[in-house]
Amino acid sequence: MKSLRFALPLAGFLLIALVLYIGVKNSPDRQNLRSVLIGRPAPEWTLPDLMNPGAMLTNASFKGKPYILNVWATWCAACRYEHQTLMDLSRNQEVPIIGLNWKDEDNLAHEWLERLGNPYAAIAVDKKGRVPIDYGVTAAPESFLVDANGIVQYRLAGPMTHSIWKREFAPRIAGKSVVAE
Amino acid sequence: MTRTSSRWRALQWLAALIAALAVASAAFAIDTTRFEDPEKQAQYQRMTHELRCMQCLNTSIADSQVDLAADLRNEVRDLVEAGKTDEEIRQFMVDRYGEFILFRPRSPWLYVTPVIFLIIGVLVAVRIIRQRSKLVAEDDSPVDDIAEESAERK
Repeated sequence: MKSLRFALPLAGFLLIALVLYIGVKNSPDRQNLRSVLIGRPAPEWTLPDLMNPGAMLTNASFKGKPYILNVWATWCAACRYEHQTLMDLSRNQEVPIIGLNWKDEDNLAHEWLERLGNPYAAIAVDKKGRVPIDYGVTAAPESFLVDANGIVQYRLAGPMTHSIWKREFAPRIAGKSVVAE
Repeated sequence: MTRTSSRWRALQWLAALIAALAVASAAFAIDTTRFEDPEKQAQYQRMTHELRCMQCLNTSIADSQVDLAADLRNEVRDLVEAGKTDEEIRQFMVDRYGEFILFRPRSPWLYVTPVIFLIIGVLVAVRIIRQRSKLVAEDDSPVDDIAEESAERK
C-alpha cells in the first residue's frame, strides 16, 4: 500500500508524458495529413480542356481504369521538380496521368509543356480553383490515385518521386486495377 | 488667444494623423468582403476566424494572405450568401479538409476529459482528507496539547 503512494503518481505522470509525446509526435503538418477523401468517390468535375480549346473534360469519362490526378501549375516550383518523374511514369505507361492546371495561365502552361514535355493524358484547366478545394488540396503539387471505380485510394501532398511511386502508388494500382467490372 | 489657437492647430494635426492612419490600415486590411445583412457579415467574420488556413496551418483563413486562404474565404462568402448555417459551413470544410481545419475541434473528449480528471482529483482529495481526519479522531491526545508541546519545545 505504501509503495502504491509513489507508484500511482509516477504512473500518472508517465501516462501524461506518453499522451503528450504521442500528440507532439503526430502533430499534423501539411504533408502527413491524411486526406478525408481516401475511400470515398473522387469529387466530380467538368472543366475546360487545355489541349482542345472550347472542349470540356469530365472525370466521369475516366472511370473504368485507375488514373492519377495531378494538381500542378507553372507558378509551383515543386511541380517543376517532379516533372521529370511524371515524364518517366508516362513513358513507362504506368497509368494515365490527368493534369489539373490550377489557377494558371494557358499560354504559360503550353510553354511549360513544350519546353519540358507533356506527361499528361489530358489536362483540365481550373482558373478559379474550385475543384482543388473539393479535393482538399492545400498546395501544389498533389497527386491522387483514383481507382477503376472512381474511388480515391491515395493522396500525395508534395512532389512525386520514383521511390514514393514504388512504395505507395504501384502496389495500390497492382491491387486495384483488376477490380473494374 | 494665440496659445489656444496653437493648441487647436496641434489637435487638428493629430486628427489628420489619426485619419491618415485609419485610411492606411484600411488599405492594408486583407479582406474587403461586405454583406448587406449585418448578421451575415458577422457570420462571415466568425467562420473565417474559425477555419484554419491549410497551407500555413497556424493562422486562420481570415488572417492569411495565402492564395488558398483567399479561395476558401470566397467559398465561405458564397456559403454565407446561400444562407448556410455555421454547422453546414463547418461540415463543408471538414468534408474536404478533415477535422483539422477547425480551430475549435468538435470532439467531445476534448471538453469532457478535463472534467473527468477534475472529478477524479476531487474524489482523491476528499478521500485523503477523510482519512487524515479519521487519524486525528483516533488520536487520544487533544490537539491543544500537541500545540503546547511543540511550543514548549521551541
